Amino acid sequence: MTGSVGAPAERREGREKVGGTARYAAEFHDPGRAQAWPVSARVARGRVTGVDTADALAVPGVLAVLSHENAPRLAEPDDPTLAVLQNPRVPHRGWFVALVVAETLEAARAGAAAVRVTYDAEAHDVVLTASHPGVYVPEEASGGQPAVREQGDPDGAFGSSAARVDVAYRVPPLHNHPMEPHTSTARWEDGRLLVHTSSQGTGAVRVVLAKLFDLPEERIVVTAEHVGGGFGSKGTPRPDVVLAAMAARETGRPVTVALPRRCLPAVAGHRAPTLHRLRLGADEDGRLTALVHEVTTHTSRIKEYVEHAAVPARVMYAAPHRRTVHRVAALDVPSPSWMRAPGQAPGMYALESAMDELAGELGMDPIELRVRNEPDVEPDSGKPFSSRHLIDCLREGSRRFGWDGRDPRPGTRRDGPLLLGTGVAAATYPVMVSPSTAAARALRDGTFLVRTNATDIGTGARTVLAQVGADALGVPLERVRIEVGSTELPSAPLAGDSSGTASWGWAVHDACDRLARRLAEHTGPLPEEGLDARADTKGVADAESDFARHAFGAHFAEVAVDTVTGEVRVGRLLGVYAAGRILNARTARSQFVGGMTMGLGMALTEGSTMDAAFGDFTESDLASYHVPVHADIAEIEAHWLDEEDSRLNPMGSKGIGEIGIVGTPAAIGNAVHHATGVRLRELPLTPDRVLSGLLDRRA
Amino acid sequence: MGNHQHHSRTTLRVNGKPHTLTVDHRRVLLDLLREDLGLTGAKKGCDHGQCGACTVLVDGRRVNSCLLFAVALDGCDVTTVEGLSGDGEEPHPLQTAFLERDAFQCGYCTPGQICSAVGVLAEAAAGHPSHVTDTAAPSGEPVELDRAEIKERLSGNLCRCGAYPRIAEAVEDVIP
Amino acid sequence: MKEFAYVRAGSVEEATSAFASHPGSRYLGGGTNLVDLMKLGVETPATLIDVTRLPLDTIDELPDGALRVGATVRNSDLAAHPLVRDRYPALSQALLAGASGQLRNAATTGGNLLQRTRCPYFQDLSKPCNKREPGSGCGARDGVHRDHAVLGHSAHCIATNPSDMAVALAALDGRVELDGPEGARSVEAVDFHRLPGDRPEQDTEIRPGELITGVVLPAATAGLPSAYRKARDRASYSFALASVAVVLRLEGGVVGHAGLAFGALAHRPWRARRAEEALLGAAPTRAAFEHAVELELSEAQPLRDNAYKVPLARNLAVDVLTRLTDTALTGRAS
Repeated sequence: MTGSVGAPAERREGREKVGGTARYAAEFHDPGRAQAWPVSARVARGRVTGVDTADALAVPGVLAVLSHENAPRLAEPDDPTLAVLQNPRVPHRGWFVALVVAETLEAARAGAAAVRVTYDAEAHDVVLTASHPGVYVPEEASGGQPAVREQGDPDGAFGSSAARVDVAYRVPPLHNHPMEPHTSTARWEDGRLLVHTSSQGTGAVRVVLAKLFDLPEERIVVTAEHVGGGFGSKGTPRPDVVLAAMAARETGRPVTVALPRRCLPAVAGHRAPTLHRLRLGADEDGRLTALVHEVTTHTSRIKEYVEHAAVPARVMYAAPHRRTVHRVAALDVPSPSWMRAPGQAPGMYALESAMDELAGELGMDPIELRVRNEPDVEPDSGKPFSSRHLIDCLREGSRRFGWDGRDPRPGTRRDGPLLLGTGVAAATYPVMVSPSTAAARALRDGTFLVRTNATDIGTGARTVLAQVGADALGVPLERVRIEVGSTELPSAPLAGDSSGTASWGWAVHDACDRLARRLAEHTGPLPEEGLDARADTKGVADAESDFARHAFGAHFAEVAVDTVTGEVRVGRLLGVYAAGRILNARTARSQFVGGMTMGLGMALTEGSTMDAAFGDFTESDLASYHVPVHADIAEIEAHWLDEEDSRLNPMGSKGIGEIGIVGTPAAIGNAVHHATGVRLRELPLTPDRVLSGLLDRRA
Repeated sequence: MGNHQHHSRTTLRVNGKPHTLTVDHRRVLLDLLREDLGLTGAKKGCDHGQCGACTVLVDGRRVNSCLLFAVALDGCDVTTVEGLSGDGEEPHPLQTAFLERDAFQCGYCTPGQICSAVGVLAEAAAGHPSHVTDTAAPSGEPVELDRAEIKERLSGNLCRCGAYPRIAEAVEDVIP
Repeated sequence: MKEFAYVRAGSVEEATSAFASHPGSRYLGGGTNLVDLMKLGVETPATLIDVTRLPLDTIDELPDGALRVGATVRNSDLAAHPLVRDRYPALSQALLAGASGQLRNAATTGGNLLQRTRCPYFQDLSKPCNKREPGSGCGARDGVHRDHAVLGHSAHCIATNPSDMAVALAALDGRVELDGPEGARSVEAVDFHRLPGDRPEQDTEIRPGELITGVVLPAATAGLPSAYRKARDRASYSFALASVAVVLRLEGGVVGHAGLAFGALAHRPWRARRAEEALLGAAPTRAAFEHAVELELSEAQPLRDNAYKVPLARNLAVDVLTRLTDTALTGRAS
């Protein structure tokens, strides 16, 4: 393939986005459209004993109040978080107990405030500790990963190691907070359900709605033309789409449910807190003898989701004796879910911080330590890597960052009140791919139409898929049109797990390749309706591979720590990635930089606090949950190796949406240690923690 | 003007066109633009002045439209992202710069970032300092927008996709 | 949000009499906090009296050299005003350290002084809060209170005042001018905000129906070296973990005048009188600064999770005092 793929093609929907005409899920003004506002539970555990709607219904403009007392009965969903308004049970604070539908946003909000809900509250339990009596080892962790893996004699090997690190890290609950809150607009028309939703995958939304409302899928259309970010939280349908469909059916009107920002922490998922214990044992030369990563996390009472944070330790380093364990406690908390690089982001923060501590123990350069522990095969599976190049990323990053000659002594570089330091960490993210379908059509005017139900959540999917199609067809990019974001299109998996481009692209490639061959055989003018080809990668894309397939990367950070305030500023972040073939240099760079930015937030500013007394997250809005702002971000550079890997997919690509976050927190944390000599093992590194650490060290 | 009613006739000039509406006093400018006028460029990210996605220009100044009751803006001039290019077909130079720099991903914060940047350019030219302006800089003189100034001044516009470096570059591109 | 009536006032008299004749009224300034709280249901006015178009939007020099700032002057215009930047740099810096460009363009001088605490329990109707609902209890005391008060709090309330501007006004000996049913009066900025005591619902000394008409910056602190510094969780657009405003005059090698106020430590800007007294006549050394500030902070009563505020406030104050001294001694900013 030559031509379009790899080129920095401009985003296809860019003009609409900068012009303000790109339409998101709340922006479909069907005539008579009503607005809805949810009512959230005020107890952390218990039952609704009464829903007094009289005042709410008296609010001018209110059309209906739905609760478990009168809402349509739905079939039981596979995902219990979608069983909204079905019974009086309150599994956590913030669970929706009613929905007010009204003519206007103002009336809906006023109505919601006027609903009187009474509860029978029960004692709740929301605080995770490593010694929580309810902690158990689940059958599996998220993503179908085994909860426990063990090889050799890790305890014995650790005990007899020359150099040892035995440390605990904590990552707090984190929230995705995409800029567009979870939103759906639904209407019923002649027994059909038509939905615009803010989702990472409309196919899954349709499957769920079909089941809940007992409809054949053909009678449901779900579109997601533009999606204001998701970062995992829109990877599954959320209550907004169920409520919108319910309310539209009850009122006979199109209804928009745009969740208020303050509702998101409770109903749109979160990265579960993780308590890590890391034990690394090594010989004098820095070769790991034992690696033990144990993770304790929480899930909700209604859904088991186990953040698989010990999984990257199965991939990263050659240690003959290893154990990785996940434990979980089911608490009266909101249901955790996917957040960008689930498992990998918190797991690699802990592992890569511990590696830095081990390098310190050994008096060894942290890059050299990683070089010495580079495995020949994937440690856990024994499979060879399809490609790895982690050492190349570290070396290339070292060169670009200017790592050579770094003074390893912590706490020795000063610029007035500032302490300066640098840090490094590795990153990894698995290559995921799912079966997909796509269709390609050659038209008489010489253009081509490629159709697949991909979702462009800001990744540039439209653009990249057009590039893949153009090259497979052997035509210039501008002759290829692309349609995505609707269940009316050939079915395709969701935008998640950094798998979208590989999955959709494979199908697009195959469909276009097939069409090119049909065209080559075709003589004479094309028929009126054009010439079609379709592809379905089922059985191919999901075939078991003999290779361990992962992307790798290296992250470098330079920080300045203010000894007056404990404030940490990142002066420079640099990432180098081995992520297969980069299909669009422009949008790929934005993906990497975006991941690193979120990683900076995880390191320094982001965190949610579980309120023990009330059972909710205290940081419920964007004033208190600190997403990084412009001023937090100095220089961010993303580079990549020209990695060729023929064992992936026809494009030779790996996913790039998540790896940017993975090594960034540890790189920053390691740099803070290098700057200050203080090892802080709980994120985020906010001024209170850093200043207290500096003072403790002085004392 | 004063009464016990809950609605008032209100006239706003939006993107150069006058609109007279009877507005619910509770209606904020953001919802008026989006629901009454169909101008959905300004986005609702938080509804509480905490994200900047709803930024528009009122009488030439950038503001969070989610925190302004429309009734209080009677007689005001409002410019949204849809009106930045004026009557012309050509996009505003900032819109072009955002496109060229790929200064966005999901696009949801983008109209707010662009309107905010328009305001930033005007404020710096008018001599408004920022948190990072040298305190010894002469008062009342235009402020030169270096990278640190741009970042500080745009910090009221969150971007969860992390397009910040590219946004700063796009703004630099249009500084005269 | 309940429906409300709307009155646009053209004069102070119109505003105060409209307030008197409309029960359940609130004055509407820039709205950046009031509208926010109305959406949350914390504020439920029956009538809003819009005071943004009152002729109080100018900054004027008074005959004695003081500066009078009208109540409706927007925060961004106040921060940018050449006389404010040149004579009261701490005030300009404090304003610019707060909120965002958009919010500063809307927020008014009067409104800034009347903004409510950002305590999450105050903002959440589903939780107890003595400030919002007297007698309901305090969720923060045993709850999440990393951001809360270490000075002057009470069993009833541990909230902090969120304003940056008010901290500078307190240090600069500003006055708040009020007009209302009982006529015009003024109070020292430092006395305008209250400690919570057993009436945390009362943030300030303002009386029912009174309207802030302006703020006066006195001639006495005009042109003195002053500065504001704030520590926060992110580099911009967040509330202070602690902040300090300092006004300092050196005379013959010793401190001739010191105005020192802390932000985010208490229910009001905390004027550090004990520290000031200790500084008066002292040589401007780091040791003297540390001694004075520690004296002030010795009365701090940190809660379970906010003890860090004490060393943070100390460091900020010592740092700003040191920098202002360097500036005074060398004639330029360090």
